[in-house]
Amino acid sequence: MTTAKSDLPQGTLDLLIMKVVALGPVHGYAIAQRLQQVSRDVVQVPQGSLYPALHRLENRGLLAADWKQTETGREAKFYRLTRTGKAQLESETASWQRLAEAVGLILGIAEGGAR
Amino acid sequence: MTWWQRLWRRRQLEVQLDKELRFHLEQHANDLIAQGHDPVEARRLARLAIGGPEQVKEECRDARGTRWLEDLGQDVRHAARRLRSNPGFTAVGALTLALGIGASTAIFSAVNPILFEPLPYPRADRIVMIWDIFQGERSQVTFHTYRELTARSHSFDALAAFEPWQPTMTGAAEPERFDGQSVSSGYFQTLGVVPALGRDFIASDDQFHGPKVAILSDALWRRRFAANRAIVGGQITLDGDSFTVIGVMPRTLENVPAPSADIWSAMQYDPAHITDLQTAEWGHHLRMVGRLRPGVSLDQARRDLDTIARTPISDFPRAQWAALGHGFIVDSLQDDVTRGVKPALFAVLAAVLLLLLIACVNVTNLLLARSAQRQGEFAMRVALGAGRSRLIRQVLTESVLLSFVGGALGMLVAENGVRALVALGPPGLPRVDAIGVDGAVFAFAVAITTLIGLAVGLVPALHASRSDLRTGLKHSSRQTAGSHPLTRRALLVAEVSLALVLLVSAGLLLRSLNRLFAVDPGFDPSHLLTLQVQTSGHKFDDQANAPGVGAGLRRRFFAQALDAVRGVPGVSAAAFTSLLPLTDPELGIYGALFEKDQRGFDVYRYAVTPGYFETLGTPLLRGRFLDEHDDAGSPPAVVISQSLARREFGSQNSIGQRVHIGPMDRPWFAVVGVVAGVKQASLADNQQDAVYITAAQSWFADDAMSLVVRGRGDAGALTPAIRKAIWSVDKDQPIVQVATMDSLLEATAAERRFALVLFEVFGVVALMLAATGIYGVLSGSVTERLREIGVRSALGASRGDILTLVLRQGMTPAALGLLIGLIAAVAASHALVTLLFGVSRLDPLTYFGVIVLLACASGVACWVPAWRAAGVDPAITLRAE
Repeated sequence: MTTAKSDLPQGTLDLLIMKVVALGPVHGYAIAQRLQQVSRDVVQVPQGSLYPALHRLENRGLLAADWKQTETGREAKFYRLTRTGKAQLESETASWQRLAEAVGLILGIAEGGAR
Repeated sequence: MTWWQRLWRRRQLEVQLDKELRFHLEQHANDLIAQGHDPVEARRLARLAIGGPEQVKEECRDARGTRWLEDLGQDVRHAARRLRSNPGFTAVGALTLALGIGASTAIFSAVNPILFEPLPYPRADRIVMIWDIFQGERSQVTFHTYRELTARSHSFDALAAFEPWQPTMTGAAEPERFDGQSVSSGYFQTLGVVPALGRDFIASDDQFHGPKVAILSDALWRRRFAANRAIVGGQITLDGDSFTVIGVMPRTLENVPAPSADIWSAMQYDPAHITDLQTAEWGHHLRMVGRLRPGVSLDQARRDLDTIARTPISDFPRAQWAALGHGFIVDSLQDDVTRGVKPALFAVLAAVLLLLLIACVNVTNLLLARSAQRQGEFAMRVALGAGRSRLIRQVLTESVLLSFVGGALGMLVAENGVRALVALGPPGLPRVDAIGVDGAVFAFAVAITTLIGLAVGLVPALHASRSDLRTGLKHSSRQTAGSHPLTRRALLVAEVSLALVLLVSAGLLLRSLNRLFAVDPGFDPSHLLTLQVQTSGHKFDDQANAPGVGAGLRRRFFAQALDAVRGVPGVSAAAFTSLLPLTDPELGIYGALFEKDQRGFDVYRYAVTPGYFETLGTPLLRGRFLDEHDDAGSPPAVVISQSLARREFGSQNSIGQRVHIGPMDRPWFAVVGVVAGVKQASLADNQQDAVYITAAQSWFADDAMSLVVRGRGDAGALTPAIRKAIWSVDKDQPIVQVATMDSLLEATAAERRFALVLFEVFGVVALMLAATGIYGVLSGSVTERLREIGVRSALGASRGDILTLVLRQGMTPAALGLLIGLIAAVAASHALVTLLFGVSRLDPLTYFGVIVLLACASGVACWVPAWRAAGVDPAITLRAE
């Protein structure tokens, strides 16, 4: 069985999705587009794992969804961040930043030592 | 949305999921078309990007969290279909499990109320039994000991004493002797039960010369008094006295200390003359129960009673034989009533668990063989997107479902098994009425069924998910060769060794029982009928103004009854004895002392009528039998047992020696004969020191005598005529405990026989399961290796070579199993020691026999597939490729 595996570290996809959804109600296809555009195609979001992730976040109560009309008049499932989702996003963003900084520091030192 | 809402709205969620994905695909395709792609190509690219809509859907369903339930339903349907499509496999698997589950459930239902369930009283764990100690063994307490403990101990809410009471009710058509208990007033209070009608005993009932009152059991009330409520307050005649019925116990009462008791009265001992040691109040004939005070532990109670035992006070002087020098034995009531049957029950429980294990191993092997055939199916499902965990769940669902089919059949086995168990149960089995399939048993059955379903499916499930799928797919058209041979052979080894343990245990028990029945009881038990005649009524009481009159009447009644019985057609000989061989000798043990060395010892005392030895067929070894001339007017004569003669006099002549039996103020008895030893308590009993005197020369007249009758044909058939003969002398004397000597002989071995029958059944089933297990694995393996065998014989291997090849494949695990089983059996035999008789637990003959038996069974099981393999035509198998 070959599931398309993301190059993203474990758990980052959820964080990215929540960040995109935080900007306003948005449907799944738009999330995929946005992620790709914003990351300038560096992050390849496997579309196959996007929907399971969305449904998981919805079940955990971090996202909520409503069926609404798009600009083109079609019905689509729009996701938005819940109150718990917001809190979760903030704490995860903070911890991601701390981690990224720390990893950056360590990598910098290692390079300095080798020089 | 809670998970059950998600489950409930599954269909709606499915529709939405489909809509959402479709929207995504269309949007993506539209964007691609806008970028200049051809519409067909655009849709293809969109589908490619998402990576297969069906797989995405699967993963979204997983994310829903109700997946397991939906899958469960699907798995169960699928599994049911599979089981239905393989009726042969399903039948063998389900029947094997039914045997295992049924047998264990039946045994559990018997063992549970006895060993595990609390007794049916409130806070039953607080009820304890208290025993005096004599020579390290439990001994009953005296009334004065009971009184002292009641007054001095602080550990109990209630203490009570009781003893057997067998009153005869007269006035109705036939006299009837009841089993009952004479109790102190706090008896029911100690157990924590109250009468359903009327009242409990109160302190004023239990006073010397107090009112004559009785409480009836529900069963007796219904049987003899037609459930008439008006009987409470009414009068009944017991042993010639008028008793007031004050209450009826509830139907639910289970009187664990004396299960057969149907009637109770207050014991009414006399507390006054404590210094008079010749009174009944100083006899060891009471049992004692107590209910611990809240917060007092069993150990605290033991210490409290021991302190009392060690520190006599002047208010309670003690007789020398009730000086409490060794303290008390205090046990919970449950431990006390179960201690006799525990070894047998635990052995049987262990045996049935072994059987269950063998059944499980067998079914695991069946499932493994099948999962080997299903490699292709599994590979296909994985390729179609099934997760590994999903495959494992699927296989487990199948095995659990199979197990439940087996479990349902097993309940039928259990229902019948329980009935057989109760019928087979040894007489000492406590709480027989509580044995049955109840809620706890049902829960047990469901629990082990589930557990077994998971256990037997585990190995095949892991194998199924681990197998190499590409080879699986490639080989899907036919069976793969040599699938997990190691696991399956390891299971064979386990099966054979478990079967060996069971069979060795069964063999040891069988040999024990044979040894036991080979024991010479000291008489000829065939064609012997035994029954007990009780004298009842005040006319037999010795009055102070006419000493000996009552005893004389008693003796005359027995003499007349004996004459009447001898006149019954079909009776060739008959005699009375105070103590019947192969019954409980408790009341027949007396102290004795020979004139030569004045050293006391215990003997069984038999007061018999002349002709007793001739009736029983006990051989005379020296001197003469007792006869009509040994009457009240002639010098006291005694016949002693061979063991006593040998111990006291060695090779010297014992005839003419003089001995005291019982009270010292009576004349000496002179030994006139020596007879062979007779088994008294049981066939396994070693104590055979016995003295025989004539009833006429005894220092007291026994109020109950056992009649032994030798018939010309079936002794049991004489019963009605003998009853009639005795009642023709006096219609008010009850006749009880009618039994043939053969059945008494059987009864003394009942516990061993109980264990033996179960072990035999389990052993045979285990043997069959092991043999079919070997056969199944080997014949499966031959089928899988047909091509290899074909090649071998094409290359010149002879029939003999092929035969050896297959035989070796089967016999190697069997031999290994025998070896491991041998070690396990040696270890397990420790648990059987208390049930063995006359056989060592390492009895070489048993071990050898069982090994040969199992080896032969394995050999036959191997031979059939080996023969089939040897008959393989290389041309056909190779052409089939």
